[in-house]
This record gives sequence, C-alpha cells and structure tokens, in this order.
Amino acid sequence: MKKILQLLAVLVLLAAGATWLATGANRGWTKTSVMVRTLDPVTGIEGITYDKKFLPGVDFLGAALGGAALLAGTSFFFRKPKLNQQQNNH
Amino acid sequence: MKLTHIIPLVSLATAVYAAPQAFDFKDPKGVNNAVFQLDAPLESINGSANGISGTVSFDPENPAATTGKIVVTVDSMTVPNPMQNGHLHSDKWLDAAKYPEITFETKSLANVKTNGDVTTADVTGTFSLHGVSNEITVPVKFTYLKDKLSARVPNLKGDLLVIRANFAINREDFNINKGQYEDKVSPTINLSLAIAGSSVTK
Repeated sequence: MKKILQLLAVLVLLAAGATWLATGANRGWTKTSVMVRTLDPVTGIEGITYDKKFLPGVDFLGAALGGAALLAGTSFFFRKPKLNQQQNNH
Repeated sequence: MKLTHIIPLVSLATAVYAAPQAFDFKDPKGVNNAVFQLDAPLESINGSANGISGTVSFDPENPAATTGKIVVTVDSMTVPNPMQNGHLHSDKWLDAAKYPEITFETKSLANVKTNGDVTTADVTGTFSLHGVSNEITVPVKFTYLKDKLSARVPNLKGDLLVIRANFAINREDFNINKGQYEDKVSPTINLSLAIAGSSVTK
C-alpha cells in the first residue's frame, strides 16, 4: 500500500506537469475559456467571444502538488512489511 | 410660389436635415463590447462585457450637442477564470443581483474637434457603478458612418455611429472593497469601450 500511494503521488505530479506543459505552460491562473477577437469590417470594432478551453495555470500545478503531497504523506502511515512477514508469505 | 412661402419651407427642410439622429446601441451582431483590465500580482485580470444597450443623440453638423446614455449589464461581464468570474458577480465585488447595471449618461462635451467623419471630445457625464454615481470626464472618439448600416445589417438603411473610449476609474470611488485587497487587485480599473450604434432611416 505504501508503495502504491507513493507511486500514485509521482503519477499525479507527472500527469499534472505534462498537462500543464502540453497546454502551453500558462504561468497565470487556470482558465476555462479563452478570449477570441473578431474584426467587424464595417465598424472596425473587434468583437469578443469566448471559446471553451481548459488552460491549466499555476493554481492547477499547486493543487496537483498538494494532492501528491497528501498521497505521499498518507503513505507514511503504512508500515513497510516486516522481513519475517515477507518470508512467511513466500 | 412666392418667396415668402419658399423661405419657411427651406428653413424647415434644413432643420429636418440638421436634426440630431438617435443611435440605438443594442447591437444585433453582438460585436459591441467593453473591455476591463485590473493589475494583479500573478497576472492582470482581463475581461469583457457585451451586454450593451443605450441611445445616443448625435448631430453630425453639431457634435457638441451630443447627448445619451450607455448601459452595460453586470451579468454580461466575463473573465476566463471561473473562480474570478464568480467573485466578480458576487456581493463581495460588483453584486450583480443588487446592482445589475453600469451606466454612463452624458452631461456636456468639451474640446470638440471634428475632422471628416471623426469627432473627438472630452465627454463629462455621470458614471454609475455599484450603486454609486460619480461625475467623470472621458476622452471619446465618435466616427460617423453615413449610409453604412446596410453594409452591416442587410435590409436596413441608415447610418452608424462608432464610439471608442479608453479611460480609468478607481473602484474605491464606487465603494467596491474600499481599502481592501489592494495587494491582490489594483484599485484602478482600465476600461476600453468600442461600440456601434445604428440609426435607421425610413
């Protein structure tokens, strides 16, 4: 169990880091939409619409780090199996 | 026809021609927008509002006589971060439920300069936000586009009036978290308005 939790913690960190990098390494806050500007040719006004897009930011990385720390911390509540227990199992 | 009859007719025709036109700023194309920006430590908060309406009376022969009122609905204000969006509309910030509209109503124009279809002026008016009304002066650019409505909205004939304005307000002047969160959100709100109104001719 200890190993599983520690492995999960590493996986959470790696997955969050990879997602953050793959979506453009946004160093601001997480966004769920992006502003799209479209020029109105008659008036010259740039109209603004929002496209739904998940753009993870540093708060996303922070949450992932917190989650990983929680998993790793929880793993310390589980003891390593003792040597004689391991031998008995074999 | 006697000359005495013609003079009143000419005067009437001139008066009709020179009458101010009412421009409706409820944009059927949904292009009109107000952009707002506030500095914050990690990144500036950038958003926009498209719930714009109002009427402006504009006379191309006498732009100094321009009057009108522009309304922006608080509900239409959007920022890309969902948590910030919730805070923005909540009673902690703009309180959209209690104060659903932001308005600007003109009082007077100064430094009016016209060059072709473009008029610039310093417009003084009442800016109402979060239940507080303050008099402010805003540099405004009016662009009068005669007979251009049909190019934008087929089957309608008339003129367009484009209004652009860039200015800043202080949120504390409008009782929005006065003296609070200054380390997190700047008290200065930069605003940029780009709107087009139409005047339909029959």
